[in-house]
Amino acid sequence: MSYLELDNVTKIYPNGTKAVNETSLSISEGELMVFVGPSGCGKSTLLRMIAGLEDITGGEIKLDNRVINKVDPSERDVAMVFQNYALYPHMNVYKNLAYGLKNKGESKEEIEKKVNEVAELLEIKEFLLRKPGQLSGGQRQRVAMGRAIVRNPKAFLFDEPLSNLDAKLRGQVRIEIKKLQKQMGVTSVFVTHDQVEAMTLGDRLAVINEGVIEQVGSPIEVYEKPATYFVAEFIGTPQMNFINGKIHANKFISDEFECSINKDVKDQEVIFGIRPENLKVSANGSIKIKVDLIEKLGADSIIYGYDKSNNYLCYRENGNTKIKANEEISLEIEDENYHLFDQETKKRLN
Amino acid sequence: MSRIFRITVSHSILICGVLLMIVPLWLVFASSTHSNSFIYNEGMQWKIGGEFFDNYDRVLNRKGGFTKEITASGIFYNSFIMAFGIASLSVFVSMMAAYSLVYFKTRFSTLFFWLIFVTLLVPLELRILPSYQIVSDLNLLNSYAGLILPLSASAIATFFFRQYYRSIPEELLEAAKLDGANSWKFFIDFLVPLSKTMIAAMFIFMFVYGYNQYLWPLIMTTSEKYWTVVMGLKMIYGGNSVDRYTYVILSLIPPVIIIVFLQRLFIQGLFQSK
Repeated sequence: MSYLELDNVTKIYPNGTKAVNETSLSISEGELMVFVGPSGCGKSTLLRMIAGLEDITGGEIKLDNRVINKVDPSERDVAMVFQNYALYPHMNVYKNLAYGLKNKGESKEEIEKKVNEVAELLEIKEFLLRKPGQLSGGQRQRVAMGRAIVRNPKAFLFDEPLSNLDAKLRGQVRIEIKKLQKQMGVTSVFVTHDQVEAMTLGDRLAVINEGVIEQVGSPIEVYEKPATYFVAEFIGTPQMNFINGKIHANKFISDEFECSINKDVKDQEVIFGIRPENLKVSANGSIKIKVDLIEKLGADSIIYGYDKSNNYLCYRENGNTKIKANEEISLEIEDENYHLFDQETKKRLN
Repeated sequence: MSRIFRITVSHSILICGVLLMIVPLWLVFASSTHSNSFIYNEGMQWKIGGEFFDNYDRVLNRKGGFTKEITASGIFYNSFIMAFGIASLSVFVSMMAAYSLVYFKTRFSTLFFWLIFVTLLVPLELRILPSYQIVSDLNLLNSYAGLILPLSASAIATFFFRQYYRSIPEELLEAAKLDGANSWKFFIDFLVPLSKTMIAAMFIFMFVYGYNQYLWPLIMTTSEKYWTVVMGLKMIYGGNSVDRYTYVILSLIPPVIIIVFLQRLFIQGLFQSK
């Protein structure tokens, strides 16, 4: 059942910039949807429109069957966690959590009960009387979460809340957010530019580029079957390899190599994409590269090199590779795991 | 060695500064405790004399002026009311003006800001005739309201509050909005407590400004009941040296009280935010 629904939502700024272009999306109850895309793609704008912090130029946003386009942010029953947390610096943690409830006119006892419950849940009880300035980054993050949770909203909105944390803490908090969200079952939208966050957190991802949703799907779907060239390029580290070429008689032909296509595609110019882990070394492989650089990451090694037509390709191998720089190696495609994109429309063909 | 040298140099500079502030005050204070004839013969004194209570009692309570309607304590009271009124009103007005300039973005808010700022170029002394006309038309001559109102819109305080509000992150407003704060609540619950230090600073600044006014009260008061400190120095205690010293020392007290009282808040605020 659709719970939070965006219907042809458009945002045009007064100066004429189109930040979000006729975007439609439906998010079901209890789902964690991640908006992912490069900076300036409109993902935050979309989130802020849901929150009511930006006016909606066109289209409709519905939450729990109520159109909320014109509803005041505080009446929308959504809570937001901001990138820099936006904790109230002059109030202690207790008051930070209680402020929203107080404005709703809830009784003192009620507020105290709710705040204590949330403080217990997030293990911030001992900080209740401290001010945000006296807390560490991770603790502030918890308080920001607490402020969202305590209002028991219909939807959580997260605006890149992990980007101010160091790498280790980010990993921990990510897991905590995921657990909490599942435990509470509150519909959530999480905005990030970090694809690891997107892949690990989301029930589904919406990959956004230049104000348009390029693809919506589960993380694995998006990874395995990117719908457009942009998604293929954006999701996955190291990036997917791309080789320009054309289709002729169900065969992909480039200057470098040929390979037969398992699906009927009409003759046209295409981009052939292949993920680094879908390449393997093979004595009679058709793709020949001269190794330029090797990154040994411990569990994996990533090998970069140029092919004859000067495409920079990379492939992933397990563990401590024996390959050396400047060596010539031949690669072949594993299990027909490749992606074809139309050169004009950039849409997926296979 | 060089450290000791550095400390010695810096401390001597600081001590010189302190002396520069303190010595004239002490000289005036010590001289105010002698009898007039003694000061007349011997000049200003470094040591405290025996006439302290007599002198201070006489200056505070003797009726002065032509109509003998006012005492020095009455003058200090007038000036305190005037300065306090100007300080509180101008802080309030400036905060409101800055709030609307920063948070209610209309197309002309920058223009409005510059218009307000330009009034810095037109101080009261320059517009004293129209101001007098207005105050007189409003029947506010010889009243506290007349003393306070024309001086209670401060462009400089508006400027400082505006700059301060602009440094408050936008997310704070957005978070407050989601928490159900309307514009008035945001002002009271956020801007006022956050700008405590700024309020204290501006209050001190405007209090001293109001306390030091001379020309405006001189022109708009005809009744001696509304005389203020600087006028009093000229009119009542112009002649006798000891009375003048005593008056000067007494006139310091109201602003010193304000500064001592607010300085705590000021310093507290400075440490809290870091």
